[in-house]
Amino acid sequence: MDFALSDDRRMLAETLDRFLKDNYPLDKRHAFARSDEGFSRDMWGEFAELGVIGALFGEDAGGFGGEGDDLMVVFEALGRALVVEPFLPTLLAGSLIADLGLDDQKAMLESVIAGNTLLAFAHGEPQSRYELEHVAVRAVEAEGGFAITGHKSVVLGGGTADKLVVSARTGGASGDKDGISLFIVDAKAHGVSIRSYGTVDGYPAAEISLNGARGELLGAPDIAFPAIEKAFARGIVAVTAECLGAMERAKDLTIEYMHTRKQFGVIIGKFQALQHRMADVLIEIEQLRSSLINAAGHLTAERHLREKMVSAAKNLASRAGRQTAEEAIQIHGGMGMTWEYPVGHYAKRIIMIDHLFGDADHHLERFVELS
Amino acid sequence: MDLEFTAAEQEFRQEVRAFLADKLPPRLADKVKLGKRLTKEDMEGWHAALNARGWLAPNWPREWGGAKWTAIQNHIFDEEAWAAGAPRVIPFGINMLGPVLIKFGSQAQKEHFLPRILDGADWWCQGYSEPGAGSDLASLKTRAERQGDHYIVNGQKTWTTLGHYADWIFCLVRTSSEGKPQEGISFLLIDMKSPGVTVRPIILLDGEHEVNEIFFDNVKVPAANLVGKENEGWTYAKYLLTHERTGTANIGNSAAALAQLRRIAHDVTKGGRPLAKDPYFAARMAQVEIDLEALKTTNLRILVGADSGAAPGPESSMLKIKGTVIRQEINDLSRRALGPLALPFISEAMDEGYNEAPVGPEYANALASDYFNNRKLSIFAGSNEIQRGIISKTKLGL
Repeated sequence: MDFALSDDRRMLAETLDRFLKDNYPLDKRHAFARSDEGFSRDMWGEFAELGVIGALFGEDAGGFGGEGDDLMVVFEALGRALVVEPFLPTLLAGSLIADLGLDDQKAMLESVIAGNTLLAFAHGEPQSRYELEHVAVRAVEAEGGFAITGHKSVVLGGGTADKLVVSARTGGASGDKDGISLFIVDAKAHGVSIRSYGTVDGYPAAEISLNGARGELLGAPDIAFPAIEKAFARGIVAVTAECLGAMERAKDLTIEYMHTRKQFGVIIGKFQALQHRMADVLIEIEQLRSSLINAAGHLTAERHLREKMVSAAKNLASRAGRQTAEEAIQIHGGMGMTWEYPVGHYAKRIIMIDHLFGDADHHLERFVELS
Repeated sequence: MDLEFTAAEQEFRQEVRAFLADKLPPRLADKVKLGKRLTKEDMEGWHAALNARGWLAPNWPREWGGAKWTAIQNHIFDEEAWAAGAPRVIPFGINMLGPVLIKFGSQAQKEHFLPRILDGADWWCQGYSEPGAGSDLASLKTRAERQGDHYIVNGQKTWTTLGHYADWIFCLVRTSSEGKPQEGISFLLIDMKSPGVTVRPIILLDGEHEVNEIFFDNVKVPAANLVGKENEGWTYAKYLLTHERTGTANIGNSAAALAQLRRIAHDVTKGGRPLAKDPYFAARMAQVEIDLEALKTTNLRILVGADSGAAPGPESSMLKIKGTVIRQEINDLSRRALGPLALPFISEAMDEGYNEAPVGPEYANALASDYFNNRKLSIFAGSNEIQRGIISKTKLGL
C-alpha cells in the first residue's frame, strides 16, 4: 500500500498549480466565464501545451496519463482555481471515443489533446434526472449512418463542441440498459440546433435538439451502457477531485479570514464555536480525500467494486462539500455573500457539483443497491 | 498510489487468521460477540496467548519483546482480531506505560517492569483524571512530597478503568505549584498494595463496575519509582496520549460492529421484509459504511505516513473524533434495529453459564447497554471537544 503520488504526477500537479496561480486569477476566470463562449480558447491552447489535456488519456489514445491518479491530480488543481475550460466534457466524450472508437475515430483524439478539437458528451435528457439508462432520444438507420431525433439537456460544453458524442436508443424502452447506442455527431450537422447558456456557478452548457441529425456509430449498437457507466465513473472521480480542490480553497480562505477579521476586540478565530466547526470541516475534507483515493484507485476494478467506491465518494463529496461550503459562507458573514470576495464562488461550485452525475441521495441509494 | 496489500502483508493476514483459529477459544469469542462480561481470567488468558506468540506488545522494540510491526500489520491484526471476536488488549501496561518506560524510564525500571507487563505479573491502571481535573488535566491536585528517598502521596484519582484488578497504577502527581500548572507535574509508579491506597467502585449508566475512584492517604512511594525527571511528567503524559495511535480510529471494532448490525438488520423484519430492505434504515447503514470505508483509508494514510516519519499530532485527534462518532452511530443503529427487543435486560445473562432462554435473540440483551456504555468514547482519552481544540491550535493556527 502506498499513498504517495508518483514523481511524474507530483510534477504535473506542481506545474499546473504554478501555472494557474500565475495565469488564472479569479477576476480573469470571471471574465472568461462571462465571455460569449463561456471560456477562453487561448487558455485552452495553453493547457494543451502544458500537457494537461493529454494527462486525461492513456497512451493508446495518444495521451500520457488517463489513470485515476492523473484525474485526481488534474481536477483537484482545476478546482482550486475554478477553471471553466471544458476539461470535464473533454474527459467524458474523449474517454468514450478512446474506449470504443475505431482507429479512424480515435485519430481525432490527437487534435483534441492538441486543443484544436472540442468535444462534448450529449447524454442527459429532460426526464432522465441522474438515471444513466434513461435515454429517450432515438436513432434509426438511414442512408450512410443513423438519423438521430430528440432532446439532450444540460450538455456540458455543448455550445462550443466541434464533435458531440450522443447517446440514443436503437432498441428497447427509455429506461432499459439494453438498446442504447453511441454516435459521433458533427455539431454543425444539419438537424442539430444548440441553445447555449451558463450554469449558475459559471460553466458553459447547452440544450441540444436533434432532428434527424446524421450520426456515425461509436462502438457496437445497443450495448453502449457499460461504457457510458464507466465514462461517468471517470467523470465522478474528476468532479469529486474538483470539489475537493474547491473545498481546500474555501477552507483556506475561511481560516485566513478567521485570523484577520476582528469583532469584540479579538480575531474571530479566537471563538471556540467557530474553531470547532472548522476542525470538523478539516476532518471531512480528509475523509473526502480518502474516499476519492478509494474511487480513483478502483477505476479499473470490476464493475461492482468500482461503482460502489465511486458512489461512496460522490455521496461523501456532497455531504462534506455542503458542510464546507455553508460553513465557509457563514464564518465569512456578510463578506461571504458578496460577488467580489472569492469564497462564495468556491461555495457555488462545490454545491453545484452535487448536481452533476448524481447527488448524495442518488448515490446513497445506489450504494445500497450495490451492497 | 497503490491500494493493494503486498504479498507479504497478505501472508501476514493468513498468519493472523491461523493464529486466531488456533488460539482464540470459541467460548471466549462467543462472549465477546454477544457482549457478555469478561472476567479478569478471560482477559489474562488472551494476553498470555498473545504473549506466547510474541504479539502482545507488537509495537515495542524487539529488544523488549516487541515485534516492530508496521502500521499495515497493526491494521491487519486489528481487523482480523475484531472480526474473530478476540477481546481487546488491555492497553494500560502494553500501550500506555510500556512506551513511556521504553522512552523515558531508567534501565532498572525497564528491566523490572517491562517483562512483568508482558507475562501478566503486574496489571496496570492509569491515574490521570481527578474529580477537579478532567479535560483540564493539568489542573490536577494529587500531591507528592519528597521526604528523603520517598514521596508521600495524597489525593484522589477517578475514572480508573479496571483499577479494581490492578497491582500498580501510573500516576500524574503534583510535585511543584510554581510556574504554569503543566510544569509541576511528575510521573510516578505506585504499588496498589501500599498502605493508604483505597479503591472504591463507580457504577456506570449500564449498571457495570468498570471504573473506580482511587484515594491516596499518605502513601509512601520509593523515589526510584519516579519516571524520568521530577516536574517533567507532563511531557511524558502527552507522549503517552499521542503515542498509541493505531487503535485511535476504532476501525476493527467498528467494522465488526457494522457486520453484526447487518446481520441483525437481515434477521429483524419490518412490514414482512428484512429491516435491511427498508430504504430508510438501509440508507442510514450505507452512510455509516461509506464513512467507515473512508476512515479506513484516512487511518492508513496517516499511519503509513507515520511509519516513514511524518508527524502524527493533530491527525490522531481527527481519527479519534471521526472514529468515535462512527462507532457511536453504529451503536445507535444497532439499538434501533432491535425495536422493542432492545428493552429487556437480564443482567445475569451477561455472565457465562447462564442457561435460561434469552428474551428475543441472544445478542439483543447487551446491545442497548452497549449503546450507553459507548457514550464514553467521545468523552474519554481527551473528549472530542478537546480534540477539536488540538486541531484548531495546530492545523488552523488558532
